[in-house]
Amino acid sequence: MPVDETLSRFSDWSYNTATLIYVLAMVFFAVEQAFGRVGRLRAERTAAKQPELVGASADGSVDTPRSDSAEPPLSPAARRSTSRAARFGRMGVSLTVLGALLHLAALVLRGLAVSRVPWGNMYEYTMAVCLIAVVTWLVVLRKYPSVRHLSVFVLLPVVILLFVGGTMLYATAAPVQPALQSYWLVIHVSAAIVASGMFLVPGVASLLYLIRDAHDSDSSRFAKLAGHLPGRDVLDRLSYRTTVLAFPIYTFGVLCGAVWAEAAWGRFWGWDPKETVAFVAWVVYAAYLHARATAGWRGRPAAWINVTGFAMIVFNLFFINLVTTGLHSYAGVG
Amino acid sequence: MTSDQQVTPEAEKEPYRATRARRVLGFVRNTWRGLTSMRTALILLFLLALAAMPGAMLPQRSLNEPKVQQYIAEHGWWGELLDDLGFFAVYGSVWFSAIYLLLMISLVGCLVPRSGEYVRSMRARPVLTPRNLSRLPHHASRTVTSDADDVLAAARSRLKGWRSAERDEGDGVRSISAEKGYLRETGNLVFHFALLGLIIAFAIGKLYTYEGQSIVHADGSQFCNSGIYAYDSFNPGLRVDGTQLSPFCVKVNDFQPTYTAAGQPLQYRADIEYSSGADLATNTWRPYELEVNEPLRTAGDRVYLLGHGFAPVFTVSFPNGEKRTQATQWRPADQTTLLSNGATKFDPPGITDPVKRRNNQLAVTGLFAPTPVFQGKILSSAGPRLTDPTVAVDVMKGDLGIDSGYGQSIFAIDRSQVEKGALERVARENLRVGESITLNDGTKISFDGVNRWVSLQVSHDPTQVWVLGFAVAMLVGLALSLLVKRRRVWVRVAHDGEGRTVVEVGGLARTDQAGYGDEFDEIAADLLNQDTRSP
Ligand code: HEM
Repeated sequence: MPVDETLSRFSDWSYNTATLIYVLAMVFFAVEQAFGRVGRLRAERTAAKQPELVGASADGSVDTPRSDSAEPPLSPAARRSTSRAARFGRMGVSLTVLGALLHLAALVLRGLAVSRVPWGNMYEYTMAVCLIAVVTWLVVLRKYPSVRHLSVFVLLPVVILLFVGGTMLYATAAPVQPALQSYWLVIHVSAAIVASGMFLVPGVASLLYLIRDAHDSDSSRFAKLAGHLPGRDVLDRLSYRTTVLAFPIYTFGVLCGAVWAEAAWGRFWGWDPKETVAFVAWVVYAAYLHARATAGWRGRPAAWINVTGFAMIVFNLFFINLVTTGLHSYAGVG
Repeated sequence: MTSDQQVTPEAEKEPYRATRARRVLGFVRNTWRGLTSMRTALILLFLLALAAMPGAMLPQRSLNEPKVQQYIAEHGWWGELLDDLGFFAVYGSVWFSAIYLLLMISLVGCLVPRSGEYVRSMRARPVLTPRNLSRLPHHASRTVTSDADDVLAAARSRLKGWRSAERDEGDGVRSISAEKGYLRETGNLVFHFALLGLIIAFAIGKLYTYEGQSIVHADGSQFCNSGIYAYDSFNPGLRVDGTQLSPFCVKVNDFQPTYTAAGQPLQYRADIEYSSGADLATNTWRPYELEVNEPLRTAGDRVYLLGHGFAPVFTVSFPNGEKRTQATQWRPADQTTLLSNGATKFDPPGITDPVKRRNNQLAVTGLFAPTPVFQGKILSSAGPRLTDPTVAVDVMKGDLGIDSGYGQSIFAIDRSQVEKGALERVARENLRVGESITLNDGTKISFDGVNRWVSLQVSHDPTQVWVLGFAVAMLVGLALSLLVKRRRVWVRVAHDGEGRTVVEVGGLARTDQAGYGDEFDEIAADLLNQDTRSP
């Protein structure tokens, strides 16, 4: 399996360009955030009326009725600033889409360069997780366009991860060792990537929830930031709905990991550090789902748990790969 | 389905005289309620997550005993305290077991009443149609020209697959209540029961499992799973004493690794033959290509290719004309370059006096490099490929201490014998294949070549299929319980007094799920556009 240097170079180029474009998109979203206050207030109001994001809560309480009342009229000046801000937001989305396409190209080219799935080391893995996070966010935007102004908060961790990946974790294109040559690499790792990438969105939304919540109980806290955030219920549902999709995928990923471990290491579960933290993250997300169905645990505690869950996912990626050694040490770093 | 099972202070409702039996009963009941409440389950889930963490942060006995020893040695009293508290064997510790046992009790306590509730709800008819459908989150109505019976018939067929009940509300008003998405509850119960099953199967497996490692030379040598003595190391479950291992034998004929030009391994493959079950009696051997990720599965056990290494072949020609050839496995010190170290030990032949024999033992110890590079005279290896096998050896002569009664490593000599002066270095040389050293007494030691060895692991776990089955059931249950929408729709028809029919449709999603709106709108559109007669 020779490595195609040219393709690999193109892949690196796409990667760097995608990162830059995300940064640019962030600037546009930031402009929307900053100048679109009026428009955002309106967006918030629409969000509150959108049945999709209001819905019932997990305990089965009733959907709030759809209200058809017309929006309060905006002054002409406000409307102009609103529409200008919205234009920036839409341009931000277009840029994000472009970035995602280049991002995808980087991943595909990497795969072609090494003639295998492009997630054999930590650099490639991080790249793929970020791509899923961006795609998940774009899907969310399609369904609930009113949360577009939050894009900057989703892109920020993505850009940080891509930067860390491209500098500290970068690994030259190479084949993988025999232990990774299995179709389980395709199944197990892609499930882990999809779930981890999706979990980023509820992680961010829950963090924003906590900020909003802190502001709501004491308006002097996060005064600048929280004014730009939608209501807590919107953030809570955003996290819940994404988590509910990602959690079964994560479970599937862990399950496939166990099946693979049985074939590769001689046992399906051995409390290897990576397995352990995957288990912990799984239990934390299960706790999140339970918390949302338990009186006194909804809202802030649940949001904390969701943030903890994502922290465990990140911890599993970085700490376990870089600091401890275990059977999962395929990071290819250093 | 709301499941907040909070403990209601029942005692307040009904003051009674607290007899001792009552108090005990009350205590037991409250404990049980407390233990099976969602809140407790949540806290236990957290504790479980928290308790599992040290196992990822601290070295664990089951994974790496030497590292545990090193950690304890480096951390003094703190290390010893952690050791006493079971932090180096977290998953077998009392506190970890206690948490998951409590969680299991809590789970059972939760599942029993919920199963009853489930059966009841599966039997129940969908709830009555609310008086005022327009107050529901989804609502639509229209006055159509069709007959009420036709509308109802159409509704019935449109709601096929929904569980529904029809009721006559009097005055010619009739309604259908329909509900769908019962699989959510089913999935939820399946998930939790499967979780219980998985934990139990896992625990039983731990009792009957065994796992052993053995090094076998890739020159047609055999390994037979006939007892613990066949293994270099062996980890049995609590109920395994090693007398009833699954009978089979494995013969390793060849081992071939392939590498990239840069020396990165691409593939490891051992050509083996195996014989198990009835084949053992007839001495029938079947070929198998053992690879990483492709264990041999036979006789209920699995055989894995775990690692590989080299065994340099040395021949000692003694002054009396006798020759001894030996190939002892040396162990890789560096996994990427396969620079290995080891000790090949010889007993002098033809000496009957035990003392004399003991003082004339030989050991060839040192380094082996498959692709040698020299820094000055220091040997190291540039890669794992067998290009120009070279050894850098010390020849030791004297009493190896093998007869002392203590077991010794096959990879090293007993250093204390050297310190005692009982063992002495008599030569130091770098040898390529075919080269030799001649000692002062005329003994000649030649490096003849190299064999490969593989390390095999045999694993046995009778319940792992069960665990897999439960895990799959969990996954399916989970997906159903999280993704299925529980939703209701009601249809009410009434006459408007002018020969037309008023159709009202209302809908309610019982679970927090997006997207019911679209489905409801479709249903409503289908039911409300029922104009058979033109107006
Ligand atoms: C390792 C232990 C456990 C795990 C991983 C787990 C996982 C889950 C998951 C993923 C759900 C779906 C949540 C949802 O529908 O939103 C769930 C639901 C539920 N679990 Fe557990 N569970 C565990 C233990 C327990 C225990 C001990 C109890 C009872 C005391 C319990 C009671 C429930 C209930 C009542 C629900 C339904 C919540 C609802 O949607 O209303 N679970 N569980």
